[in-house]
Amino acid sequence: MAISSAKKKPMKVKENLGYKIFLVVNYLIMLFIVIVTLYPFLYLVSQSFTSEQAIIRGESGIIPKGFNIDTYKYVLKGEFLSYYKNTIIYTVIGTVLSLVTSAMLAYPMAKSELKFNRFLTPFIIFTMYFGGTLISNYILVVGLGLKNTVPAFILPMMISTYYVILMKSFFQSIPKDLEEAGEIDGLSKFGVFIRIALPLSKPIIATMTLFYSVMYWNNWYNAFLYLSKKQWPVAYYLQTIIRGVGAKEGDGDATSVSANIKSCAMVLTVLPIICVYPVIQKYYVQGMMLGGVKE
Amino acid sequence: MSVNLQQKNTANKKSSFTKHIGKYWQLYLLLIIPIIYYVVFRYLPMFGNIIAFRKYHAGGSIFGDRFVGVKYFKQFVGDKTFWRAFKNTLTLNIGYLLFRFPLTLIFALLINEIRNIHWKKFVQTVSYLPHFISIVIMCGMIKELVSTSGPINNLIASLGGQKISFISEAKWFSTIFISSGVWQSIGWGTILYLAAMSNINPSLYEAAAVDGAGHFRRVWHVTIPSILPTITTLLILDIGGLVGSGGAFEKVYLLYNPMIYETADIVSTYVFRMGIGGGNFSYATAVGLFEGLINLVLLTIANFASKKLTDSGLW
Repeated sequence: MAISSAKKKPMKVKENLGYKIFLVVNYLIMLFIVIVTLYPFLYLVSQSFTSEQAIIRGESGIIPKGFNIDTYKYVLKGEFLSYYKNTIIYTVIGTVLSLVTSAMLAYPMAKSELKFNRFLTPFIIFTMYFGGTLISNYILVVGLGLKNTVPAFILPMMISTYYVILMKSFFQSIPKDLEEAGEIDGLSKFGVFIRIALPLSKPIIATMTLFYSVMYWNNWYNAFLYLSKKQWPVAYYLQTIIRGVGAKEGDGDATSVSANIKSCAMVLTVLPIICVYPVIQKYYVQGMMLGGVKE
Repeated sequence: MSVNLQQKNTANKKSSFTKHIGKYWQLYLLLIIPIIYYVVFRYLPMFGNIIAFRKYHAGGSIFGDRFVGVKYFKQFVGDKTFWRAFKNTLTLNIGYLLFRFPLTLIFALLINEIRNIHWKKFVQTVSYLPHFISIVIMCGMIKELVSTSGPINNLIASLGGQKISFISEAKWFSTIFISSGVWQSIGWGTILYLAAMSNINPSLYEAAAVDGAGHFRRVWHVTIPSILPTITTLLILDIGGLVGSGGAFEKVYLLYNPMIYETADIVSTYVFRMGIGGGNFSYATAVGLFEGLINLVLLTIANFASKKLTDSGLW
């Protein structure tokens, strides 16, 4: 007994040492990843505060040279703001439409007693694996007469099948007793949905609000295909200044817009997202988990 | 008698159907708008792919004017630019998968080992950030970082090297594409793994510890097997997307230029240039459809293999 414990002890110390070394190495790896992830953002921020002259001299770094806020004053005075306003409008309208229609689909899909689901579920899921090509989607939107209208920006991406599946999984996790109690209290099916299921679904609604609003906020592609200049969201305007004025799509870059202006516009566009996403992290991690758990 | 019975049966069936509708009509009502949406915006374009077999003119029927058979398919099979794009799509996708998949898994395992809860949460929050960034900003950042006056070239210069014009040299495209892709997706990719890890029953670890398994053996014998279904599912999805270039379209489109088409042009960007850029709608659709079908076949095979091997699949 005494021998065996004496034998065991040195082994344990060895393992602890190995483990401690691992913890230190792991810490350093994580630190490295954090720095590599944040560096590009800090670099943009730094450039946006760098003076025009320093940019022309090619002096750039993580600390702004000739610190000033002139770039911000310049950008916020120009057309940037009107595109920013478009983005806000599209994001709000689009997110509301997306949330409502997705919930309208996901809630009935979550009800196993609904016989029609046997056909509905494959009908919806199939679109995740096969669909229209780039061209047939374009032809459809143009064919519907939506070109140069705001719905052309919103409708093609309004319902995301993947997000509907996440919502459905959440609705399925709501205890049946609660909904049945609501019916006994005289609520209709619709009443149960509005008065009982939705109030219990704050985590998934928060998650979907974030996901959908980020989707609309970031989209440039639909704007590029369908919208006229006045209707552009900021993401597409940004793309045009990154590319450079006068350059055609896919031509590579013209350098007519200086790096501090580009950086400033990028910082302003990304700022709302950076402020919002950590706040509801708890919810979307949970939401993603639900979708990943096998039924 | 038998006729009577049958009648009774249908009557019963009918009444149970009306009863079902009567009970659930409000839920069915909710479905109407979403179903119309899926028919119009998901299934119509799917059937609109038919123009790959039909002549289409701008402004005409979205299903084309007249049948021309496999003319367009024959055309692109002999098209060198198509095969170049096809090869690039495969190379970029496989390279991306080979780096991203193991790195994401390792990152998840390492995050799981962090003991300090605040540090852990901070690392996770930071690592999710790139996932939320617009592809426009992502590509804008890449261009700033690799530009000849950017920090990467400054570093090369300070180490005594020659500055490189990364964005206009064909041989650098896959490096830029893959590394930026890993940068953007690695953190977000850990969520499902970490979720699976948090569901592991702690008694499994205790039992392994009692059996004398050290820390790293416990990871190997408990953690990895427990998250194997998650690994498989994610791998199937990735394999199913190997030929697909839809997801990479925006990034390639925003980064490439004619100088580097040789390594950067993928099927979807080619489809775009031919179709929306050049007006060859039917030809471009044929190419896109071909890609979509291969994708579907690959996904089916991967799913089948996964079901045989691990009893878990996508469907």
